This record gives sequence, structure tokens and C-alpha cells, in this order.
Amino acid sequence: MIAAQLPVLQVTVPLLAAPACLVLRNGRQAWLVTLVASWITFATAVLLLMQVLDQGPLSYAFGDWAAPWGIEYRVEPVNAFVLLIVSGISAVLLPFAKSSVAREIPSQQVSLFYTLYLLCLTGLLGVTITGDAFNLFIFFEISSLSTYALIALGSDRRAFTASYQYLIMGSVGATFILIGIGLLYMMTGTLNLADLAARLPGVAETRTVRSAFAFLTVGIGLKLALFPLHLWLPNAYTYAPSAVAAFLAATATKVAVYVLLRFVFSVFGVGFAFDAMPLSMILLLLAIAAVLSASIVAIFQENLKRMLAYSSVAQVGYMVLGISFASVTGLTASILHLFNHALMKGALFMALGCVMYRLGTVRLAALRGLGFRMPWTMAAFVIGGLSLIGVPLTVGFISKWYLVLGAMQKGWWPVAILVLAGSLLAVIYIWRVVEAAYFSSEEASNLEDVREAPASLLVPTWLLIAANVYFGVDTTLTIGVARRAAELLVGVSQ
Amino acid sequence: MIQNPVLRVVSKLIIPLILLFALYVQFHGDYGPGGGFQAGVLFASGFILYAMVFGTRAVHKVAPLWIWRPLVATGLFLFIGVGFVSLLFGKPYLDYDALAQEPLVGQHIGVFLVELGIGITVAAVMIVIFLAFAGRNQ
Repeated sequence: MIAAQLPVLQVTVPLLAAPACLVLRNGRQAWLVTLVASWITFATAVLLLMQVLDQGPLSYAFGDWAAPWGIEYRVEPVNAFVLLIVSGISAVLLPFAKSSVAREIPSQQVSLFYTLYLLCLTGLLGVTITGDAFNLFIFFEISSLSTYALIALGSDRRAFTASYQYLIMGSVGATFILIGIGLLYMMTGTLNLADLAARLPGVAETRTVRSAFAFLTVGIGLKLALFPLHLWLPNAYTYAPSAVAAFLAATATKVAVYVLLRFVFSVFGVGFAFDAMPLSMILLLLAIAAVLSASIVAIFQENLKRMLAYSSVAQVGYMVLGISFASVTGLTASILHLFNHALMKGALFMALGCVMYRLGTVRLAALRGLGFRMPWTMAAFVIGGLSLIGVPLTVGFISKWYLVLGAMQKGWWPVAILVLAGSLLAVIYIWRVVEAAYFSSEEASNLEDVREAPASLLVPTWLLIAANVYFGVDTTLTIGVARRAAELLVGVSQ
Repeated sequence: MIQNPVLRVVSKLIIPLILLFALYVQFHGDYGPGGGFQAGVLFASGFILYAMVFGTRAVHKVAPLWIWRPLVATGLFLFIGVGFVSLLFGKPYLDYDALAQEPLVGQHIGVFLVELGIGITVAAVMIVIFLAFAGRNQ
């Protein structure tokens, strides 16, 4: 009986826990509620993925109203995989969050923090699981609105401007998405994604549908920080509390990439998006610009959180690059990189969270000699960095491999070379940190009595690092699921 | 706080009517125009008018500050809880048929409870937002 209700539990468990945290004034209890809810969510996601791989797509009708009329939750390999990423990162992050949040957020706001966190989690999971376009927009807003508030909780006063900037940009994106959905509704009279896909070919040759496509692409592009719409992201990640930065970097843009996949491949279809509309060329050029420009900017950052934020923009470029190939291999690379980038960026931001916990700053100059004061933390950062670069035996290598493979299948040699150039740029900005931490001639003055971060922070960080290595060696799960999802996405629309 | 006697007398007269109308919109929403969201906003506007004319301290006397946060949560609990009740009876989430023997009665109860939940949360959130802004300088 419970097996049939899993899709709804995926979203309602964190949703139920959110008001519970609001009532609990005690931050510790709120954290416990969040932890339990998040672990239940993760277990649900694992079970859902197993069910989907076993029995094929699942559909869940809300209130017993059948699909095109009622709201439908639809679980397929691709979104079951994204659900696993989001809930898995949250499950690993929460043990970490406890001490990190206690250090960075005033105690009377901690229970509110967890309320917002749960709402954000609910929103991201809801976007991923729903099969209804309007429901998708609502969940997008639930996650975005809570994200704005979470960022504003950062201890630096600049967190307010960062949050406000994101609020404006995010709302523009949301409005574009809503306009796009509205235009589609106007032409087809339906909001169900599968139903939209069935009805769109009949009206595809209209200006309304083309503008709907443009609005949706730009709106989602804003949400996923596609170059040149990424301007909100560096500040947001830099000034957000460490735990929030780790959570957002690992999940929020991934969900937006999934939404782009969903609309481009299953709603509009490959034929419309890549043949009738020039999406391939647009995405290709923007993705390459993102990889190169954001990586170069990252090299010149003094603040390491900001450096990683720019690196995230570059990594989003890789994901979009895979989409622009419009092939099974390219799409496999994109979906793989969703998972792999969540692991590496989550781990890197958590390592910086450890540094923030002890030092209160993540400026490069303050890190000189830290490799000997906090060996475990910096070792985690180095391995995460190697994964980001794409060294073999880490997950980063697997994604790059498939990306290059996809480019070669297309015969796009220059693109393959640019992917490798992006990796070389990553070597430079990771090396700057390594050099400061291990090879400085003198130690920074603020390191007098700095000790290693507590185990409550280190264990979750190393868990993600271990995942970086494990999934870099044993790729049966990730590649298997990603390939199946990619085949389904490309195949459905042909 | 506003000292103008006309405003003070008139608002005292109409605040009960505003609250009453909010309740009408809330509970008659099944049959006529209205529903939880509109009712919640109306209900909150009664409190907000009171706060604007008589000051936020007067509102704190009517309803202490600590009451609002649980109220925000109560409404949400009611909404989400109704869905979980359907689950307990083995029906899909938010299937109101599970709430009574007769499906039609069940649907009625379901919509009633869900709208009540929305009403409580919307009213409480509106008032909290207003009081938070009004109380910034205190």
C-alpha cells in the first residue's frame, strides 16, 4: 500500500515537517525534525528509483482526479535520478548543517532556518516529480522564495543585496516561465506535460508556440544560471550561509537543468527544438562561453566561495553543452554531470564550510599554510578539486569522458578541445588554493590556534568525497540510469 | 497611533463587520464567491486597520505576538493533514471521498477543512508580515 503512495510522500513529508519546525522554537529539535524528514525523503527517492527501473514510469493522480484534468505526479528514470540527487545531498548535508548553522546563524533564527530549508527542499522535489506545468511553476516559486530568504540569512551584510539581486532576476525568470506556460495553455488547453507533448505538434507552426518556447528557454536559463544570465549566482553563493551554499550549489541548478530537459525533449520534442528552432547552436555557443569565461573569472577570485560559484557557472555550461548535442551520448553526459557535479560541488562547498567554521573567512590570503593546520579539510578540498578538474578515478572524469565522446560522435572536434581547455583552467584555479594551503613560505597570521574542524563537519564532507571516488570507479548505477533516461528522453520525442 | 476621533470611532464600528464579513466569505465560500485566501486577507485587514489606528501595542493586547507563529503552522497542518487522512484510508492524497461514507459529503468536508486551513494561514501570515514591518523601530 505504501509503495503506491511513494510519489506523494516524496514531497509531503518535508512539506509537513516545515510547519513543525516553525512551531518548535528550539533549534536542536527543529534540526532533528529536518534530519528525520530528509532521511525519509532520501529513502523514498531510493525506493522510487528502484521501482521505476523495475516497472517503468509511475503515475500518481492527486485526489483521484485522472491525469489531464487533475494534477499528476509522474516518475520516470530521469526525474527519479534527480530526486535521488536532491534528497541524497540533503540527507548527507544535514548532519553537517547542525554545527555550521549554529555557528553562522543567530540562535533565535535557527528553527526558522530549518523551516525555510524544508520548504526549499519541498519545492525542488516538487518541481522534479510533478507532471503538471503549472504545478511545476508553483513548486519553482516555493523553492525560489525560500532560497531568497535563506541567502539573506547569511552573516555578511552583503547577503541582503545578493538576495535582492537574486530575487529580481529569479522573479523575471519565473515570470518568463509563467508566460511560456500560459501561451502553451492558450494553444492547447492543457497543463499536463504529457498531454501538452501530445497536442503541441498540431499547433507547432504558430508564432505563439515559438514564443512560448523562447520564453520558457530564457526563463529556465535564468534559473539555471546559463551564461550570460548567471549574474545573480556568484553573489548568492558567496554570501549565503555555508550550508545553504553547499545545498544550492549541489541541487538548485540541477533541478533547473532537469526542467530544461523536460521541456525541450519531452514537451516540445527534439524535432521542434533542434530542427525547427536553432536551439542547438544557441546552447552550444552559450555553453562554451560559460565554460571559458566563468573559468577564467574564477581564476582571479580572492574569495574561495565566489571562485567555486563561478566554477559552478562553468559546470552548468558543461551540462548545457551535453544538451546541445541532442544525442543520446550528449544527454547521458548531461544527466551524469548533474549527479557528478552535485557530488563534487557539494563536497567542495562543505570543505569550505569547515574552513569557515574555524576561520570565519574563506579568503585566499587567510588560507596560507592551512594544509598543515586542517589536514583533513584541505585534503578533502584537494580531492574534490581533482574531481572538478576531471582526473581519472573521480566522477569528474566520467562526465568529461562522455562529453568528449558526444562531441566526437558529432564530429565537433573544436568543442572536444574546448572541454579539455576548460579542465585546464580548472587546474589553475584549484592549484591556487593548493599552493596557498601547502606551499606558502609563511603561515597566515590568523592561524595561531586553528585546529581541525570537528568530526560532525568532517564526516559528511568525507562521505561526499568518498562518493566522488566511488562513483568515479564503479559507474554501473550512474551511467546505467543516465543512459536509460537519455534514451527515453530522445526516444519519446522521435 | 492616530488621535482623530472620527477615524477611531468609525474603525471601531467597522472592524467587527470586517471580521464578520471575512467569516462569511470563509464559510459561505462553498456556495458563493469566496474562499480561504480572500477570507484570510479580509480577516487580517481588520487587524491591520486596528493596528494602524490604535497602534501595534493595542494589537498585542488583543492577541500576543507568540500566538501568530503557531497559527501559521496550524493552517498548513490542517491542509496537509487532510491529505494524510485520505492516505490513511488507502485513498490517493487529498481524495476527499475518504472523509465520509457518502462521497459528496466527504468532498464537502474536505473542501471546508482545506479552505479553513488556507484562511488561518493567510490571515496569520498577513498579520505577521504587517507587525514585523510596523515593529521594526521598536
